[in-house]
Amino acid sequence: MSSRENILAAVKKNQPPLTALPDISIFKVHEEDIVKKYSEMFASIGGLLVSAGSLENVKEQIRMNFDQGKRILTTLPSLSDVAELSDPEADPHSLLDVELAIIEARFAVAENGAVWLTEDVMGHRVLPYIAQHLAVIVPENSIVSTMHDAYANIASEDYGFGGFIGGPSKTADIEQALVLGAHGPLSMTVYLIK
Amino acid sequence: MKSTLDHATLAEEFNKDEERVDWHDGALWWIRQKRDRSANQTPQWEELREAASAIKSNVISNLHDYLIQFEENLKKNGVKVYWATDAEEHNQIVYSILKEKEIKQMVKSKSMLTEECQLNEYLEDRGIEVINSDLGEYIQQIDNEPPSHIVLPCIHKRKEEIGELFHEHLGTEKGLSDPTLLTRVARKHLSNVFLTRRAALTGVNFAVAETGEYVVCTNEGNADMGAHLSEVQIASMGLEKIIPERKHLGVFLRLLARSAIGQPITIYSSHYKKPRAGQEMHLILVDKGRSDLLARPDFRDSLKCIKCGACMNTCPVYRKSGGLSYHNTISGPIGAILAPNLDMKQHADLPFASTLCGSCTNVCPVKIPIHEQLYKWRQEIVKLGYSANRKTFSMKAMALTLSSPEIYSTAGKTGRWLLNNVPFAINNKFNPWYKQRDMPDSSQQSFGEWYAKNGSKK
Repeated sequence: MSSRENILAAVKKNQPPLTALPDISIFKVHEEDIVKKYSEMFASIGGLLVSAGSLENVKEQIRMNFDQGKRILTTLPSLSDVAELSDPEADPHSLLDVELAIIEARFAVAENGAVWLTEDVMGHRVLPYIAQHLAVIVPENSIVSTMHDAYANIASEDYGFGGFIGGPSKTADIEQALVLGAHGPLSMTVYLIK
Repeated sequence: MKSTLDHATLAEEFNKDEERVDWHDGALWWIRQKRDRSANQTPQWEELREAASAIKSNVISNLHDYLIQFEENLKKNGVKVYWATDAEEHNQIVYSILKEKEIKQMVKSKSMLTEECQLNEYLEDRGIEVINSDLGEYIQQIDNEPPSHIVLPCIHKRKEEIGELFHEHLGTEKGLSDPTLLTRVARKHLSNVFLTRRAALTGVNFAVAETGEYVVCTNEGNADMGAHLSEVQIASMGLEKIIPERKHLGVFLRLLARSAIGQPITIYSSHYKKPRAGQEMHLILVDKGRSDLLARPDFRDSLKCIKCGACMNTCPVYRKSGGLSYHNTISGPIGAILAPNLDMKQHADLPFASTLCGSCTNVCPVKIPIHEQLYKWRQEIVKLGYSANRKTFSMKAMALTLSSPEIYSTAGKTGRWLLNNVPFAINNKFNPWYKQRDMPDSSQQSFGEWYAKNGSKK
């Protein structure tokens, strides 16, 4: 017998009688002010939050806060006057010099500050991880309360890759001293738009 | 490479540096406190733990069908699936995947399973270089030491020691020990590693039977940097990582980082489902004792573990003895109940490395009764004759003393007389209890003697 058959046979023989799955619809949180809750959570984990209101203001913010001499990449055609449009055909290794990546989240989660991204909004899977700084645009009306609501949103959507990102990359491996910017972005900014 | 010294001996070594022990103890307790604050701020926290535990019970009871469903979906998604009975078979599979592509270098994110399998050593013997990309694991690797904690691999090291390692291996200035500067140096060095490795291996936190996707959680972003720049992506997972449906991720991702380090979610929770264009994805399902564990009703709940490390951070024995003294990849209370399943003789000492205070059970996000399992393992180990001779002898002596009123009374008298008249007979290095402690003053009489004298008085 192959290892597969051996393992499956052993599992079948040894597993205990079937128990039921619990009801997880009991987990409901109602946020009075979901935008406020999101903003507080995101800031508490080291994120930078800007209530930009509109895409025009986002552009203004980007011009003000990021060096236009460095490589700024976006997947959003509407931002093409402040950033280079990401080329889906490019080799992911060529993204190492990206200073800032600007993408739009599918939605965000108030209880932990995270945004949900799928590869179609990332352009390249590696982009939100390899850029020195990450900026994510979050429509205020896309914010959900908890991870349960998040998965209700995602439902049975098919994607090749998706990820929650909850702030700048970080480590505390050296004596528990918090350092922002481990292997991923050094900073993460969320621009809230109406 | 496995140590032949037991936990008590290795802990004694760790305890020689009192300042380090105090620091270690405090650092882990601080993380435990962060976990408490985070849990207290989460509505329905106890119900979440209950739900997580029930989902994992269901997984354990239906693992056979979930594994088949997961495999089917992986294949549908274009992922190649392998099954490995033990470490050797797992390592061979990884090697054969790399060999076929003529790959000589691989980058690896945190995976306790591959640590357990000693994959790095196996591949290095065959001319393949592996670099661990999690900062803590990287530090442990260049120091040629296993991780001492599953979430915080080098929590037992001081920054000056890490600075010394970086000076030796990465050419930093001697004496540099600032955590931010050291992290920047590692970031730069590893960025080049990510860019040049054709193969990347990750562990798996959760594998969804319903969709065939698997989720990898990190704070550093190292798993994603490796995986998304690789042409060959390999994931190694123990059978127990399965969860039934995607929506169950909601429960586990709410619990994991809060329990681990008091953070509301890991910075990165990456859902890998299909290879990207031009890339291959491989997934290895590893048994390595798990199907045996399923057959042990008293211990099978330990398969629910989501590797958050909360039981280590809270454990008074772990905090004061350090993870390396457990001489097992997974240390602390959870390691002490998982290890005897694999080799009871070699790990016979671990269930005794506990005060059975139950704090581990109280913080476990999937409600494994860890301290009860520790107690049950002790019984198994003694019954099968694997406990240390000294312990067996003293337990037999204790059993004899407690079963005979005459011996009990004489032993008590003798003990009190010794403590009062010749304390050095007990306060000496032959009595392990005396280490780091003074024996208490003894009373002049036993309760029995006092009662005989005073009990009838009104």
